[in-house]
Amino acid sequence: MSVHSPAWRVELELDAGRPDPVGDAAHAALLDRGLDLAPTVRSGRGYLLPGHLERGQVERIAAELLADPVTETTRILAPGETPDQGGRTLVVRRLPGVADPEADSTRNALHLLDVALTETDPVQSYRTYRVSEGVDGDELVRIGSRALANPTIEQTVLGDAPVLPHPVPDSRRSERTEVAIRDLDDDGLATLSRERSMALSVLEMRAIQAHYEAEGREATDIELETIAQTWSEHCKHKTLTGPVRLLEKDAQGELIRERNFENLLKETVFEATRKLSPEWCWSVFRDNAGVIAMTDDIGLAIKVETHNHPSALDPYGGAGTGIGGVIRDILGTGLGARPFAATDVFCVGPEGMPREELPPGTLHPDRVLSGVIAGVRDYGNRMGIPTVSGTVVRHPGYVGNPLVYAGCVGEIPRDKVDKEVLPGDLVVALGGRTGRDGIHGATFSSEALHEESDTVDATAVQIGDPITEKKVLDVQMIARDRGLYRAVTDCGAGGFSSAVGEMGEECGAEVDLETAPLKYPGLSYWEIWISEAQERMVLAVPPEHRDELFELCALHDVEATVIGTFNDSGRLTLRWHGEVVGDLPMEFLHGSVPQPVREAESQRLPLGETAWPEDFDTLALLEGALGHPSIASKEWVVRQYDHEVQGGTVVKPYQGPRAHGPGDGTVVKPRLDLKQGAAIGCGIAPSMALLDPYAGTACAIDEAMRNVVAAGGNPHRTALLDNFCWGDCRKPDRLGSLVRAAEACHDAALAYGAPFVSGKDSLNNEFRVGEVETPIPPTLLATAMAPVNNTAYCPTTPLKRAGNLLLAVGSTHADGGGSVAAELLELVDSKVPMPDFAVAPSVFDALHQAIQAGWIEACHDLAEGGLAIAAAEMVLGGELGARIDVDRMPGDSELPTAARLFSESPTRFLIEVHPDHLEEVLGVFRTLPIAPIGEVLSADNGIGSLELRSGDSVLATASHPDLLRWNRAL
Amino acid sequence: MKPRVLQLFAAGVNCDRELERAFELAGADVRPVHVHALIDNPALVKECDLFAIPGGFTYGDDLGAGRILALEVATHLKDALVELHEAGGTLFGVCNGFQVLVKTGLLPGIDGARVSLTWNDTHRFECRWSRLLAEPSLDAILPAGTILPAGTAHAEGKLVCDSPESLARLEAEGCVALRYADENGQATRDYPHCPNGSDGAIAGLISPSGRILGLMPHPERCLSPENLPDRGKANWGDGAAALDFFRGMLAPYGAASPAV
Repeated sequence: MSVHSPAWRVELELDAGRPDPVGDAAHAALLDRGLDLAPTVRSGRGYLLPGHLERGQVERIAAELLADPVTETTRILAPGETPDQGGRTLVVRRLPGVADPEADSTRNALHLLDVALTETDPVQSYRTYRVSEGVDGDELVRIGSRALANPTIEQTVLGDAPVLPHPVPDSRRSERTEVAIRDLDDDGLATLSRERSMALSVLEMRAIQAHYEAEGREATDIELETIAQTWSEHCKHKTLTGPVRLLEKDAQGELIRERNFENLLKETVFEATRKLSPEWCWSVFRDNAGVIAMTDDIGLAIKVETHNHPSALDPYGGAGTGIGGVIRDILGTGLGARPFAATDVFCVGPEGMPREELPPGTLHPDRVLSGVIAGVRDYGNRMGIPTVSGTVVRHPGYVGNPLVYAGCVGEIPRDKVDKEVLPGDLVVALGGRTGRDGIHGATFSSEALHEESDTVDATAVQIGDPITEKKVLDVQMIARDRGLYRAVTDCGAGGFSSAVGEMGEECGAEVDLETAPLKYPGLSYWEIWISEAQERMVLAVPPEHRDELFELCALHDVEATVIGTFNDSGRLTLRWHGEVVGDLPMEFLHGSVPQPVREAESQRLPLGETAWPEDFDTLALLEGALGHPSIASKEWVVRQYDHEVQGGTVVKPYQGPRAHGPGDGTVVKPRLDLKQGAAIGCGIAPSMALLDPYAGTACAIDEAMRNVVAAGGNPHRTALLDNFCWGDCRKPDRLGSLVRAAEACHDAALAYGAPFVSGKDSLNNEFRVGEVETPIPPTLLATAMAPVNNTAYCPTTPLKRAGNLLLAVGSTHADGGGSVAAELLELVDSKVPMPDFAVAPSVFDALHQAIQAGWIEACHDLAEGGLAIAAAEMVLGGELGARIDVDRMPGDSELPTAARLFSESPTRFLIEVHPDHLEEVLGVFRTLPIAPIGEVLSADNGIGSLELRSGDSVLATASHPDLLRWNRAL
Repeated sequence: MKPRVLQLFAAGVNCDRELERAFELAGADVRPVHVHALIDNPALVKECDLFAIPGGFTYGDDLGAGRILALEVATHLKDALVELHEAGGTLFGVCNGFQVLVKTGLLPGIDGARVSLTWNDTHRFECRWSRLLAEPSLDAILPAGTILPAGTAHAEGKLVCDSPESLARLEAEGCVALRYADENGQATRDYPHCPNGSDGAIAGLISPSGRILGLMPHPERCLSPENLPDRGKANWGDGAAALDFFRGMLAPYGAASPAV
């Protein structure tokens, strides 16, 4: 390590008179953690600049680059100078090796002020919190390091001590290292796997050993790292693509069914897609995203990823790099699709949970949620990709292991969907530099979290740099259209090892590791190879296009580097300064993972009829449901996302004159010169899946379908995505529910004619405290996407016009297991609703026809909270009134009133129709379940009200302001 | 000949497609240019009638919104832009582009009034639709009193003056182009109609010449009624004012005049 001499400190604070919300929030956070504190905390930002600069230079940098001349006060401290200050200042800075994009931007801008720096000259950023006098410094650091910083990536020190630049890591060159594997017994193999963080089983380690025995030599470290990455659960999806034996048992424990799979996914999710094989699916399950047709020439690429474990440790960085990663999946699909929409779904623990109830080593659910929202916001907004769709699920099962799903949709010309690597193409790394960030991310995500995760796995955390990725997007789209490369993929889990390994799978590749551009010196060759540093793509570039590509990259200030060549050797050859350090046959690397039969056991729960109460307070239940975390307004989240950038968001997440009405699906136009768009929706039902994984999964898929159909999407061209987040599937009960969910995916996809086109699984979502391991609830996120033929016809959820009729579509049933009302009424667990696969597709079809004819003025699907909540939300958005008689709903005439109001039977909608079109709409639905149940009322004195009736008796009346308040929309 | 728009591109610009579309619909030929290419050849500025800086997060807004691009423009391009303006051309910036025009000092373009764009009062990024009231100083482009619907999408959009005197000068010199307004078309600083707490509810500034213009919210996100809240079915009008605004800017250079 070489240590820097002291640096200049430039510290900026808002002028004394200006409001400082960041300081106020810090004040509240410190108080909340028990620090006895005088009234104010002032926030600030600080920069370290090289000590050899002249004072005049530093003053100019401060004035012309760093400080806002109108709002901020600047303080400059000379190298070694300790501030003489009355109070105490807490300095929060990133740990050595953690990315610091602000500092990078500062460094890059200094040339504009004629300041020349060397690469090792320190420029670092930090933030400050200045508190009033009288606070004990040690106490401030102790509490502040938790309340205001994330110790996994940040250090907290007192600002009146010297703040020294981080030392520069050693640049000693690593040497080729062999690892003896041939003579190890099983214990030795297990130890080797554990010590090198390979996360492989003894069976897999034996296969590796056999390879080296056949080769007649020992392994090298980089070869073992490459195999571990490529064979990781995260990259290979061994559980879902492996053999499984399912034993299904009834509620009494009697075996009712046995099913054996050679390849679970292939025989369930893929199988439905294979049977359907519609011509409008252009690319399924073979690329980084699925691609379907929007028009004859333009396709829609879609992918949803999870980034759970990194987000548990650092919610902000984890979620940001999650969205960054899924955007790269879209850029890495075919020759690259242009991203135009993003989605996010978060599953976290209960709101306001007492801190003392948190398991050790976990962050508070509210902090996780605000962190992941900020992460998606700051990455997505900077990328200029509108985050348009998503939800937040609260459940105690996610306290130790929150889930973060991030999705992205792109547009791609039909002739750019295929790619091919030819021997002789150059391996070109594009974008960000390689650092130690994310080493072992792929294997880390294949293990359970535990109470020490936050201290031992810091290198798995990554910080995103969205502008670097935006520049990559910019050049890649130009280079694609000029035909400058032949294939592309992203550097995700496993870094170069996975990207180059996959691209060269059919031919072979050789890589010179010392050519990869590094963030800082001192990385060993294997670290370069498996680093998961963000914002990198790998291209296969024909040599004749190299110069043009590099010129384009130079204009856009994007780093492009030849790091190797694709060849026809069938091998992956890795060199370090000319010496071969790794040499693996592609066939062994990609084809040889031994697959044990995994045992799965699914036991049905004894679920009875739902005991809906006869006597209940409708208004109180309506109020409780509207404020339930699953239903309460998420507008505060959506407003932080730039969901309108690119100008194509034509059906928005929140709708109505004041945008208080939650929508179903969102519709985004990728091209402003076309009338077509993409409807995007999602469904998730963990509370139902806990009781019945099959029905819960089917309900999630039904919800995703409802969302896109309600927004105007074409149900006959809807594509689905599966994202399984499950517990440790080495345990038969966890795997059992997963198998049932996969079977539900198969059956639903076939019934709806909606093929799965892409998916991803994240297993091992368990949290360990001592010996107790707790899995998350079985959580399938179903995402649906459908082309919209003409966005002019898309309905929204808010009520439109007094005098219009309200019609209920779909049958209501009594099964209420897993519903919001069952939770609020504390009903014992009961049967979970299940879509009627025979009727549902016809309902979607009829509704779509009516929408296309322009007869549907408003449309809302019935989801959490059932009819009562859907009606309330339509009033919320439309600011008109509505009167509804639940006795007139289609379905069993004996159905209890509570079930009519709050049951969550799938495949149902509430639609608004002008009286003139009533007969036409009923004509389209023919014998399907549909009935007029109410009407839209004017807003008396500007205030609309929802009136719920059962025949002649009024069950509840609620005014618009009450609904808003209960929904926590304000 | 169609009016010629030169549209700046830089790392982090991300509202370029819709801005280009808006100018094209308003009748212009749009030529995108990367800031590095323009620095190599600033004379390109002479070949346009209107120079536009779109929204985005240039260089990540890492040191304050638009700060680094503003320094780059001030260092290498300011002379060319001042020359264009003096020769009768227009300089236009929206969102991040407005922040750049303010931070280079091209706006408000009067001596003695120092303004900046800083964090919203909520200290959050705010994405919501806003009603902008056209002031008399904008009359040549958009009739005074017109309500222009536009998409707010910023975290640092609060216009602040260094003193009450500066604000008074902005008003007196006719530098206020657009203000945030409520549902009745009245200017207001109340949240959420005014999403950021700007001094004077100011959403956009215009130079005394009438040819340097910038605003925070995005009128280029309103090219169809479908873009409006509830797709034009609520009380937001038909959105046509947005295209009129772009036509109005191009009118001196040969585009069709704004529809009345």
